[in-house]
Amino acid sequence: MGRSERYAGTAKLLLALAVGLMLFKTVLPQGMIRPPEWLVLPFADWINAVFAFLQNDLGLMAVTRAFSDVVEWLLNVTANLLYGKSRWPNLGPIPWSVIAVTAFMAGYALKGWRLGLISGGTFVWIALMGQWKWAMETLSVIVVAAPFSVTLGLVLGVLAWRSPRFERVLNPILSIAQSLPHFAYMIPVVVFIGVGPKAGAIVTIIFSVPPMIRMTLLGLKKVPEEVIEAGKMSGATRWQLLTRARIPTARSEILIGVNQVIMQCLAMVVLASFIGMPGLGQKLLQLLQSLKIGLSVEIGVTIVLLAVTLDRLTKAWALRLPVHEAASPSWLIRNRLLVIWLALCALGFGLAHFFPYFLEVERKQALSVAGPIDALMDQVIRLITPVTLWLRWFLITWVLIPMRDAYLWLPFTAVLLLLAAVGWAIGGLRSALICVAYFGLIAASGWWDRAMITVYMVCISVVIAAILGIPLAIWGARTPIRAGRILLVCDTAQTFPSFIYLIPVIMLFGVNDVAVVAAVVVFAAVPMVRYTIEGLRNVPPEMIEAADMSGATRAQVLWHVRLPMALPTMLVGANQSVMFSLFMVIIAAFIGTQDLGQEMQRALSSTDVGKGLVLGFAVAFMGLMTDHLITRWSETRKRALGI
Amino acid sequence: MTESVITCRNVSKIFGPNPAQHLVQLKADPGLSQAGYVHAVRDVNLDVRRGEMLVVMGLSGSGKSTLVRCLSRLIEITGGSVTVEGRDIATLSESELIDLRRSKMGMVFQSFGLLPHRSVLENVAFPLEMRGQDRSTRYARAREMLELVGLKGREDYFPRELSGGQQQRVGIARSLAVEPDIWFLDEPFSALDPLIRREMQDEFLRLKGMMNKTIIFITHDFDEALRLADRIAIMKDGRVEQCDTPDQIVLHPATEYVAKFTSEIDRARVVHIGSLVAPLTAPATGEPVAAYRTIRDLARQLISDPRVEIPVINDKGAVIGSVLRQTALDVLLGDAH
Ligand SMILES: Nc1ncnc2c1ncn2[C@@H]1O[C@H](COP(=O)(O)OP(=O)(O)OP(=O)(O)O)[C@@H](O)[C@H]1O
Ligand SMILES: [Mg+2]
Repeated sequence: MGRSERYAGTAKLLLALAVGLMLFKTVLPQGMIRPPEWLVLPFADWINAVFAFLQNDLGLMAVTRAFSDVVEWLLNVTANLLYGKSRWPNLGPIPWSVIAVTAFMAGYALKGWRLGLISGGTFVWIALMGQWKWAMETLSVIVVAAPFSVTLGLVLGVLAWRSPRFERVLNPILSIAQSLPHFAYMIPVVVFIGVGPKAGAIVTIIFSVPPMIRMTLLGLKKVPEEVIEAGKMSGATRWQLLTRARIPTARSEILIGVNQVIMQCLAMVVLASFIGMPGLGQKLLQLLQSLKIGLSVEIGVTIVLLAVTLDRLTKAWALRLPVHEAASPSWLIRNRLLVIWLALCALGFGLAHFFPYFLEVERKQALSVAGPIDALMDQVIRLITPVTLWLRWFLITWVLIPMRDAYLWLPFTAVLLLLAAVGWAIGGLRSALICVAYFGLIAASGWWDRAMITVYMVCISVVIAAILGIPLAIWGARTPIRAGRILLVCDTAQTFPSFIYLIPVIMLFGVNDVAVVAAVVVFAAVPMVRYTIEGLRNVPPEMIEAADMSGATRAQVLWHVRLPMALPTMLVGANQSVMFSLFMVIIAAFIGTQDLGQEMQRALSSTDVGKGLVLGFAVAFMGLMTDHLITRWSETRKRALGI
Repeated sequence: MTESVITCRNVSKIFGPNPAQHLVQLKADPGLSQAGYVHAVRDVNLDVRRGEMLVVMGLSGSGKSTLVRCLSRLIEITGGSVTVEGRDIATLSESELIDLRRSKMGMVFQSFGLLPHRSVLENVAFPLEMRGQDRSTRYARAREMLELVGLKGREDYFPRELSGGQQQRVGIARSLAVEPDIWFLDEPFSALDPLIRREMQDEFLRLKGMMNKTIIFITHDFDEALRLADRIAIMKDGRVEQCDTPDQIVLHPATEYVAKFTSEIDRARVVHIGSLVAPLTAPATGEPVAAYRTIRDLARQLISDPRVEIPVINDKGAVIGSVLRQTALDVLLGDAH
């Protein structure tokens, strides 16, 4: 305990210094309140110079163009098959009924009736609602991008596994890549490739690779040593070992990687509407901007259904355990699922041939629930408007504006000292230096005020999310059934692309800061609730029994046993929560905030790579700093608890 | 006697960041112990003869698994040499080593090491697949092996659908598929519960009787060792304390440790009358006994036999010497002191 006490001493000293700076703000020189001129480095210019070099002198442009041509060709093929764009092979479109039947059979084969109905039903809904073309535009990108990412991730993962040195280089890159907001990826791609579907596909590929690398590496490391030794004793060569023993044994992890790739693809492809990617995302963006609530809800439901379907199908595939088939001599019986699928497809093609309705649902035949939804929402909004108006007024005047002003009022030196104090309290000198370095770089980027607005939005949202989420989780963790239900909701909600969360908040609050905060709160509350429940449920029952036997009341057990034991897991949730809020704040920028996100959108529309990446890194550094602090803290807690 | 198939000379294995350097330092200062280094195998000299069954015994962590993995070069040794069929395996290239394993060696693992995504049949056929045999031949052979270990009808099951004993049978079938000359078994039965274990030992003895292989078998169960072994090597802290026949180990323990290790054993059940034989002092009188019988087998006769000296015959019926009744009774009843 000696060490942490010493940490606390230094931390208090630093804290006192920070408070001192705040108290004497009026007499501080300007250079200590805002980063002085000489400290702000022209990172953006440097990055632009590097990119110009890559683009013009290294001829990287030619390479990327060649690659994007391949991607475009593939996109055309899938576009032809899925929605009949007139390109080679000119076979499409495949009737929607056939695709729906295929989705049903995939779900049925992987898990059973329910999954079959969910996945088949999703496609029926899409077709009947007349959204087939948009959904297929979105899906065609995923169909092209996911295999690229999976292959790339698998290869890089294997390389990282083979060479620890490569792993050491790759790890920090992956950490940064996973903390960069979506938009930061888009700007360079726009520079190299332009806007449109192929840019959307390529940004999707790049964005979704990191989790695949991580999962491949994890899976390969987890293969039991004896399996490898058995392979070696069977006389397997290295290549045979890799392809027939290691990779198949790491199947589950690798397929979870595939699942994550596909979910990341979906999230990105929806957002890629900002760089001219047609499809569901673009429709949603247009509808939201023109405040057509009913229609955007329809699109939102489609995106949610697609997310659930893709997630459930790939998870079922990943978690499927091999089961032997009862030996049967008949080919027909052994391959009955294949036969049924073929028969259903033939039926679909036949129907489509005679009734065009089953080939394509025309706009005028499409159903729509937009009218009733609009009507209903009008009612609801009329009802709750007083509440939302009041809430909006209250939050803006009494919470958001004062908080924002306070964050902006702080001298930047005081913020750095404050962070150093927190860092020191948690992890000593090293952590303090890491915190100061990350925020020092943000100060040096010249975007201090914007960054502070982002920080304030994230802080407010995470705090509100915790205030709402943790009690909910404590209540939910009381009984296993309730916990299971809430976890299911959280798991499902986590698969939704972040964009979706904007629909209800815009519906309720309109386009302003409150809407942004509300969206971020909901998005951030999900991991908080989820991990709190998991943490609470996983407290060893003997401990609770021991506390019960000591005569503790329920509140005492909660406060002295369950919460402290659950804290490390809850911290993981808090960490994700911060990450999610950062991403969401940036995405929500198009509703109108004055933070880094808004500048990033400007950089995107003026294709200013340097500025875009500097802003992206600023966001990433906030994420990485929080990640460092929370991980350190949770490790210390775990060690203290002996977990 | 017969030639040796595997020869170990001064084999050492050190785990740690820089094992070679640590070994050199150890040469200078044998008492050295440094954090981060584990000396798992120390200066082992061993000859395994063709067709014999050598059981390696010792407490947990005594280096048994490590030693056997050195013999198959699953891990690289730090010092000394291992020779298999006359070739120093450290000098083999990767492809020669693969060849050696494909043609000569089989291994059964403590926790089975089955490939979870392959059916039982595909698991057993795996070594044949590695050799590039075509599908139908290797499946035919795998079926044969599965029948041999009593798993006919389970070909299409997956490892997770089988019990521990059944999984270990799959491991055994797989290791036998290539007809290895040298068979390594690393605690093959210790993950099984006692009943199944007994059954598997019987099964193993049956298999062993059906073929002529050089077998290296690890266990830390003395009874198991006694049931199976031609010779036993007892390990402690990486050293082989003694390597001899079970009779010699219980009759003449080489070190304190071996003596303590074997003190709980009922010696009469281990010692064969043949190992107590001394040259005849006088012409043999009366009914002789067969050398392969244990003292326990002969207990009744020994107690009631009036002779001082009992003649012993070998399995061809020739008299090889005699045993003093008193010596045999000492083994049966414990020494007088
Ligand atoms: N890969 C390794 N790295 C470091 N130390 C190891 C490694 N493998 C084994 N050891 C150490 O070497 C020593 C001998 O281990 P080994 O597995 O050979 O023991 P064992 O006799 O097989 O024990 P058991 O009966 O438990 O299987 C142990 O102290 C072990 O911790
Ligand atoms: Mg072992």
